[in-house]
Amino acid sequence: MAENQKQNYLTHPKGIMSWLLTLDHKRIGLMYLFGGIAFFFLGGVLALGMRLELAAPGNDFVSNETYNNMYTLHGAIMIFLFIIPAIPGALGNILLPLMLGAKDVAFPRLNLASFYIYTVGALFVMYTIISGGVDTGWTFYTPYSTTSTSNVIPMTMGIFVIGFSSILTGLNFIATIHKMRIPGLTWYKLPLFVWALYGTSLVQITATPVIAITMVLLILERLLGIGIFDPALGGDPVLYQHFFWFYSHPAVYIMILPAFGIISEIIPVHSRKKVWGYKFIAFSTLSIAFIGFLVWGHHMFTSGQSVFSQIVFSFITYFVGIPTGVKIFSWMLTMYKGQVSFTPPMLYALSFLFLFTIGGLTGIFLGAVALDIHLHDTYFVVAHFHYVMQGGTIIAFLGGLHHWWPKSMGTMYNQTVANICCLGVFLGFNGTFFPQFLLGLRGMPRRYATYDQQYAELHNYSSFWSGILGLSIFIAIMNLMWSLRKNNKLDPGSNPWGGMTLEWTHTTSPPHPHNFEEEPVLEHGPYDYDKVIVEPTFKK
Amino acid sequence: MSHDNSSPNFLQHHFHDVDQQYETAKLGMWAFILTEVLTFGGLFVAYVVYRSWYPEMFVGANLLLDVNKGLLNTIVLITSSLTMVLAVWAIQKKNQKLSLFMLIATFLFAFMFLGIKYLEYSHKFEVGQLPGEYYSYMGPEISHLNNPHIFFSIYFIMTGLHGLHVAIGMGLIAWLIYATAKGNLNSEYYTPMEMIGIFWHLVDLIWIYLFPLFYLI
Repeated sequence: MAENQKQNYLTHPKGIMSWLLTLDHKRIGLMYLFGGIAFFFLGGVLALGMRLELAAPGNDFVSNETYNNMYTLHGAIMIFLFIIPAIPGALGNILLPLMLGAKDVAFPRLNLASFYIYTVGALFVMYTIISGGVDTGWTFYTPYSTTSTSNVIPMTMGIFVIGFSSILTGLNFIATIHKMRIPGLTWYKLPLFVWALYGTSLVQITATPVIAITMVLLILERLLGIGIFDPALGGDPVLYQHFFWFYSHPAVYIMILPAFGIISEIIPVHSRKKVWGYKFIAFSTLSIAFIGFLVWGHHMFTSGQSVFSQIVFSFITYFVGIPTGVKIFSWMLTMYKGQVSFTPPMLYALSFLFLFTIGGLTGIFLGAVALDIHLHDTYFVVAHFHYVMQGGTIIAFLGGLHHWWPKSMGTMYNQTVANICCLGVFLGFNGTFFPQFLLGLRGMPRRYATYDQQYAELHNYSSFWSGILGLSIFIAIMNLMWSLRKNNKLDPGSNPWGGMTLEWTHTTSPPHPHNFEEEPVLEHGPYDYDKVIVEPTFKK
Repeated sequence: MSHDNSSPNFLQHHFHDVDQQYETAKLGMWAFILTEVLTFGGLFVAYVVYRSWYPEMFVGANLLLDVNKGLLNTIVLITSSLTMVLAVWAIQKKNQKLSLFMLIATFLFAFMFLGIKYLEYSHKFEVGQLPGEYYSYMGPEISHLNNPHIFFSIYFIMTGLHGLHVAIGMGLIAWLIYATAKGNLNSEYYTPMEMIGIFWHLVDLIWIYLFPLFYLI
């Protein structure tokens, strides 16, 4: 027994092949995590490079062509190689079976396959970079993407391949959530992170096939001139936009729903209070996933739709605000009269609430047809998107990483450093992107390496703070890595934040190779802080 | 039946019992079928859009397809669906031999389908009824119509993707034949056969839509 307790999935079994061929969801999750962080770094370096170029008007460091490559690769890497796979692939993989009391996901071999498919897709993207890049923007709009001389085919091939990885993960999670729960763990006793992964997975398997086939059509258009998207051959470039956004709008919910799930876990645990409106949060996830399929036309207000469809898409877009608002208010009411502790995960969650709300509200601006026609393709869109994706998803990802780091790695990082970094991220983020709202309102178009003198001050300000932002994220990640040094192990029985879900209460940190020594028996709901006392074991 | 000495060897370690394993596989398979439907769904949308843009051209171009070969292929594929069902039924009834026979029949029908498709395609290649820029056919039936290459682009992409599914299905059925002959699949455990059967019916079903859309209307 004592021997058994020393075993954990990180150290047992040993050897490089036991990692590369592992079927253990926790190890696969860690491989996703480190892969994702590597691409986060690469995408971040590209972003900082762009901010450097934009610090002053004129071509200071890079040519226009290089700049076009940079923003395309920044967008494609961040979205397809980091944000989409990071939360479900990394945190979802590690946590989902633990939260369900299961020994593994439903299809462990498929899970490993999906990681390797992701790797193959990543290799295509790497090939694109070393062979000269691609300059179409991450949306690959036709007809430019069918005539551009840059490497559109390897890049879109990569996205096609990564799509399969995303589909297989989603499919695996759906089967896992339906069939692998321990007895007694009914739907309304599931942690909200599981609901979020469920909604995400539904969108992954229903939307991703459409982008896959769209990428195939785009590749064939370039190879054979099939005439489907190319107007010179009788095709319709607007059809490409419909296809693309039919996936890519739901895809933003693939990116944000898991973030909502993380916030729904962090806030009750760090407020020591039962989550307010469990069913509201759970069902708002599903309704966002559903409404997300009906709003793709709001990306195309300026590209030739009937006024009637503009009005319909605009109207449905407003509906997204309802379930989103329900979530925000539920989280706030969860904190109300709770014992809120300002731990690093909680600080990230609070930043999320603030930043995501700004991102969400500016989304309402952009959903209004008249306003959108003014703001379309300006920095306002850039700022809105980053408030949602970075201020939302990446902040939540960092929060989740800090929350579950002691669970998955069995070490505790320096919390003071983590808190300072969180503050740096928050200030750096607002400093970088808030000026971009103003730039957009004043008419600064996106995707230009140079600009008029009148925008110089705000651009300069944005560039300065982007340095703080990049540095803070870098130190935050290094702080986590530094905790992995020798002789810094937590007691395997520790539950630092006093979490109540199965991964905290029924297994060690880091968990046993088979997750649980014996099958857990459910004793209480995921957030029953009003009924059961679970004390945090970590005191500062 | 949970994990103990009496557990059958096909039960994977992370499942409680055979039922859970079976139900999970089935749910996963149906989710996969959904993704397939959506993949083809995108192409059906493309078909509808271009048919509504160029209705005369679509009517004119579909006359260039060989209805007899298309009909024959429809019959072949529906029959193969029947033999697939019978293979699953036979193994449930512990008749391994019949099951094996039916699987081989399914495989041969699939092969026949691809053979007929090959004849159709090679004729199209000869006369230049090809997708996109490679289209060169200018016969009297079509010369007055605009953009016939789009019809053949969509025709080749949809039937080509469907043909790819048939080929993958043949690989899977070949594996089923091997596993059934070795006795790895039997009346106790035939989940893979049932799952591949579901996939095979989807392949059949997609053709049942493709046939009228391209050959008849």
